[in-house]
Amino acid sequence: MNTDTSRREEHWQRTRKLMFITLTIWFIFSFVVHWFAAPLNAMAPDFFGWPFGFYMAAQGSEIIFVVTLFWFVRAQHAIDKDCGFTEED
Amino acid sequence: MAIIKGDFIDNLPKVYLMYTGGFLGFVLLMAIFEQMGMGSDTIGILFVAFTIAIYAGIGWLSRTMAVDAYYVAGRQVPAVFNGMATAADWMSGASFVAMAGGIYFGGHGYLAFVVGWTGGYILVASLMAPYLRKFGCYTVPDFIGTRYGGNLPRFLGVVILAVASFTYVTAQINATGTIASRALQIPFEVGVWFGLSGILLCSMLGGMRAVTWTQVAQYIVLIIAYLVPVIWMSNKQGFGMIPQLVYGDAVQRITELELLHGMGTLDPVAGAKAGLKALSVPFAAAGDSWQFVTLVFCMMTGTASLPHILMRYFTTPSVKAARQSVAWSLLFIFFLYFTAPALATFTKLQILDPNLATGIIGKSIADVQALDWIQKWSNVGFLQIIDANADGILQLNEFFMRGDIVVLATPEIAGLPYVISGLVAAGGMAAAMSTADGLLLAIANALSHDLYYKIIDPKADTKHRLLVARGLLLVIGAGAAIVASMKLTSILGAVAWAFDFAASGLFVPIVLGIWWKRANRQGAIAAMIGGFGVGTWYLYMIKWGGMDIWFGINDLRFAIIGMPVSLFLMVVVSLMTEEPDAETQAMVDEIRIPTGETVLKAAH
Repeated sequence: MNTDTSRREEHWQRTRKLMFITLTIWFIFSFVVHWFAAPLNAMAPDFFGWPFGFYMAAQGSEIIFVVTLFWFVRAQHAIDKDCGFTEED
Repeated sequence: MAIIKGDFIDNLPKVYLMYTGGFLGFVLLMAIFEQMGMGSDTIGILFVAFTIAIYAGIGWLSRTMAVDAYYVAGRQVPAVFNGMATAADWMSGASFVAMAGGIYFGGHGYLAFVVGWTGGYILVASLMAPYLRKFGCYTVPDFIGTRYGGNLPRFLGVVILAVASFTYVTAQINATGTIASRALQIPFEVGVWFGLSGILLCSMLGGMRAVTWTQVAQYIVLIIAYLVPVIWMSNKQGFGMIPQLVYGDAVQRITELELLHGMGTLDPVAGAKAGLKALSVPFAAAGDSWQFVTLVFCMMTGTASLPHILMRYFTTPSVKAARQSVAWSLLFIFFLYFTAPALATFTKLQILDPNLATGIIGKSIADVQALDWIQKWSNVGFLQIIDANADGILQLNEFFMRGDIVVLATPEIAGLPYVISGLVAAGGMAAAMSTADGLLLAIANALSHDLYYKIIDPKADTKHRLLVARGLLLVIGAGAAIVASMKLTSILGAVAWAFDFAASGLFVPIVLGIWWKRANRQGAIAAMIGGFGVGTWYLYMIKWGGMDIWFGINDLRFAIIGMPVSLFLMVVVSLMTEEPDAETQAMVDEIRIPTGETVLKAAH
């Protein structure tokens, strides 16, 4: 019972940490980058053809979201496995 | 036929591969018929009729009388297929038909929708979907009702869900009506009812199970229909096979042409019909940062609280599969969203570039008005040319078009064969139908499961419950069609409102219900009434009450007002009242780990 409680605690602590990391990445590419779109455009007006601020809104953020999400799924699964909470399927 | 039974799940890849091949074969057949001289109208009718017949067939094969199959597709949808179904569920008529048009006219500022509608999935995966799957609920109010206890939170959840989803579904039925009326040459009002019957055929008999398998089929049609014209145009303009990677040069070229055509020195001419827009916003220049991030925020939190999306993750076989499935959903959605700016760019270039045969800006107005597509779309009032300075030359500010026809008109603008227009119409229809299906089912399920079964008549037997669920589906669908035929708002306005309603009322109670054990019944009630109430009040006041908008927060982003109110009330009221009982806290502990029984038992 005791070990079960500590396993749960460790699992939830690591899950929370992963959530904060994921949401930090999310926050940067959802808000921070786009807040500075105009300076980014001026800084790199020709990022492989695109103004950089425009590129981040049209493709950059979206690519990062997809990659982050697949990474998140793997990381969370690793946490579940380490703490012995893997489902049988 | 036994395809939907038995080992159907094991054969999924084969079945949908065959389906995709069959669809491509149909497109090829139509192309051959066009070469042989079949009329464009007939091709349009065949495309729409053929695809709807297939969806209806899938709906019929998936009919069921089991509660678990009706509400959550028996919880056996594999992650990748659930991802496709969610993508179709998610990408509405607005994404398919209006998004590229919005970028076309609104440029960089409009990309806030693209960012918001993808990034929201990070919230879904990290904060919600796996936990709700472990909970084992049938609907979103089912979670709220059980977590916070009592009928009032459940009832409030149902009300907010119904308002948000109903706002959204009228826009979708409106879109099916627009497309059906164009493709089948019938009046809009008839098109609306025609679209609705197609939608109901897919969902009535099989509930979530039928909707799941039709949505997968609809995703395949819509993604093919979106990608083909863009790749074709890109090839024709010499940008190669993967337009998404190389259209940067086209963006640069547009910026040059905008200068050449006098962008910034010309104001839009007055006198155009309502709803038509001129090309007056610079394409690549960044707009107001505050406007951009507030819209992104509302669309993301809305994504994470719209029940028709969350309930898709109740259908996977495990918690892990629910999580994976969110990632697949985002990938499948990404394919379209990452193409939309490319489509807008190429279409805009087609019109602006005087060196291309299709360029119209800077040409003589008499020549432009003789073009086939200009005539066709002006006849229905979706396009207008006003020679304001009477010089006989078309200027940037003299050409007006409705944003939501850009995708539908692109094949004609670029001079592609008619078979592509038919394909695009079928894709738009698939997008609008799949979303409408999911939404109608979300409303009907909440009313039948949470309101009828859980609150009004807990002793009702299975047969009765499913009968009520189907009856409600019919009534709500008819109601939505009546509202849609009144054409109250443009497609996109209503869609953004749905996100704001959901984010104002549901986001905080769902997230804190999982992540904050201390959140209690009183807090949730206050958060739902307060957040939803204040958001709705603000919308009403700025839209009809004559109030000035605060800090540039217009009707598209009213969740910026509603959601903080609900967060504040949730925290303050919860802390002022007693903490939830031990049983509830143990329940929260239980949903935080993937293993073990679901909190709510099967067929509850």
